[in-house]
Amino acid sequence: MKYALLATALVAGSIALALDGQVGIHDPSTIVLSNGKFYTYGTGGNSLVSDDGWTWRRGTALPRRGLAPDVIHIGDRYYVYIAANIGAQPKAAVNMIWSKTLDPDSPGYKWEEGGVVASSNGVEDANAIDPGVFLDPNDGRLWLVYGSYFGYIRLVELDPKTGKRKDPNDKPRDLAINCEASDMIYHDGWYYLLATHGSCCRGADSGYNIRMGRAKKVTGPFLDREGIDMIQGGGKLFVGSGGRVVGPGHFGLLDLGDGVQKFSMHWEADLDRGGASVLDIRPLLWKDGWPVAGGNLNPGTYEIESVRTGTALELSVEGMPVGGRRARGGGGGPGGAGAPGAAAPGGAPPAIGGPGGGIFAGTGAPIPEQDVAQVSKNWPTGNIDVRMANYLCQAQQKWTIAAAPNAGGYPGSPYFKITIAGTERALAATADSELVVLPAFTGAAEQLWRIEQLPDGAWRIMPKVVPNSNQPVALSAVGSSFATLSRFDPKSDKQRWSIKTP
Amino acid sequence: MTMHPTSFAFLLAIGAVAAAQVAPVTLMRPATPDKAPAPDGFIQRWLVLEPIRANGLTDSAVQAIVKKEYFPNQFTVIPHDGDKVTVGDTQLTWHAEDTRLYNLNLYHFAHALDKPTTNVLFWALTLVNCPREMPGVRLAIGSNAASVWWVNGQEVIGIYGDRQTVIDDGVSKRLTLKKGQNIIRAAIVNGGGATDFCARFLDQDDKPLKGYTVSLNEVRK
Repeated sequence: MKYALLATALVAGSIALALDGQVGIHDPSTIVLSNGKFYTYGTGGNSLVSDDGWTWRRGTALPRRGLAPDVIHIGDRYYVYIAANIGAQPKAAVNMIWSKTLDPDSPGYKWEEGGVVASSNGVEDANAIDPGVFLDPNDGRLWLVYGSYFGYIRLVELDPKTGKRKDPNDKPRDLAINCEASDMIYHDGWYYLLATHGSCCRGADSGYNIRMGRAKKVTGPFLDREGIDMIQGGGKLFVGSGGRVVGPGHFGLLDLGDGVQKFSMHWEADLDRGGASVLDIRPLLWKDGWPVAGGNLNPGTYEIESVRTGTALELSVEGMPVGGRRARGGGGGPGGAGAPGAAAPGGAPPAIGGPGGGIFAGTGAPIPEQDVAQVSKNWPTGNIDVRMANYLCQAQQKWTIAAAPNAGGYPGSPYFKITIAGTERALAATADSELVVLPAFTGAAEQLWRIEQLPDGAWRIMPKVVPNSNQPVALSAVGSSFATLSRFDPKSDKQRWSIKTP
Repeated sequence: MTMHPTSFAFLLAIGAVAAAQVAPVTLMRPATPDKAPAPDGFIQRWLVLEPIRANGLTDSAVQAIVKKEYFPNQFTVIPHDGDKVTVGDTQLTWHAEDTRLYNLNLYHFAHALDKPTTNVLFWALTLVNCPREMPGVRLAIGSNAASVWWVNGQEVIGIYGDRQTVIDDGVSKRLTLKKGQNIIRAAIVNGGGATDFCARFLDQDDKPLKGYTVSLNEVRK
């Protein structure tokens, strides 16, 4: 288990989590859901399957082996497009196969051959590999982009009823050059072509990076943010190497509904997995009309702040000011914490503190972080409510978010436990869709949290379950000082949270 | 006639002080038996007790202040307008008030009665009449400064510290208003300066709750 191996490092709160299980794959297809499971297929026909999108295992190989397949679900069919060299490169063809399910255990699991939908003859400026299939949400037309470094990324139209080429005599359109592994998505009036630049298949020396352009028509021209046409080599960077992973390629959209989008890709080399090529899933964000590669939450200690109200989630206990209580204009305490409700130690006489003295001069010495062991002595020992307040760097306002061991997850991330930093006090959902902090984390499902980045970069925080309810709900701000659980509304700020490093 | 600039400024200052001594009129006596909440849901009719001296705004200090018994049946009594209670050696009167605004300005209330507004505790109460049971609603309040709220005897909100009134600052968990009469009781603790509160119910979609009226027990002053 990857994150178990990283357990020590996670304490530092700076290590990104990678998908769990068997995630080795190259050139993964778009991830699709079939019969409640997630599927993706890679070069060689290998497949990965997952029950939750977090833990993956080897699946059943496709009957047709080849290069960099892509998958789409239309009606009652799953169409798979998969390429193969049919001679010396760039002589290649993209074949289509289809089945009514991707689940080998389902009675409907049976692959049918659909024939060649695109090809290159070895002479023309095209290499018919790396298909990417796209259903236009505006008019229901189905398109295929394909191609590699021998020439252009090309576009042909398919028949959504059959998955086959709509008109074999229709000449392919050239969209881009000097890239491969292309795919297309639509968002808010624009078509986006995402394609992989750089070289693959060299482990940590692979220069793969995903770039993009956009167009008002599916046929282009696709210009990058500088106005350079992708057919002249343009392309705005979408995601490159970073951290412990090198060489992203093969973008695929995973739309989870309610405005939550993610994307899949592979890394040419995961340095923590010996440089193996692995699957990854990350949030897809949008800024100024361009896709942005978001990040899955890194474990750590955070302030959880409502986008709606600007107030921070806290344990409902009396806060103790950092450095001790002081009256307005009065001096600070000794740096520790007095008893809650104690009279202000300052009061009328101005503080004599730092340089120059006076009421704004402080104590003249650094004030240490609040010691939760000290300030929590007066907290109730049982269940405690949750509320929100202005963030004042106090112990009851800092939450440690850590992967919950052996608890499964969702596309891209494990379930998390959320505890008051330095304590075992764990946030949980109640049967009446409210919140409570329990004395300790037990691993129960209502103490597990799904934390996902929304398109604007804010976070949605959802309990895995609410006891005695099937209704999915999210952490929600009601008023300035109270938080609850309610149905997610993608148009509202109520369920949007900033997760900030304190 | 010419006026020295300094003298002119002095007269302006006198005028400003005089103007400041006339508090705006935002409160009036109820003129009808029942009153629907305002279009934005705010409850504008309350019984308010003249202020009690109290000092402290932290969570524990406010809890201690509001849990202290000042007069008999403090958490259960439904007083009438004009009823009097004795707190220590001071006799205090309950007043029925309608506010023209979304909030009830306790500074105006106390100032008009020549009562203190600093380091004080106000008790307020209103009766909510529901034609049917209303489940899944929330009481949503704002107060300057700290306040604690009860619905039908159950403590549902506490907000603390030296804070200003913000609409829907403190919000209760989901609760059920029973068919018939429901009682909202509030204790507002002020440190210094302005003091007021506002309150409304939110429905299951967090929209202002409607379909009920508020009344006071009997207006007889």
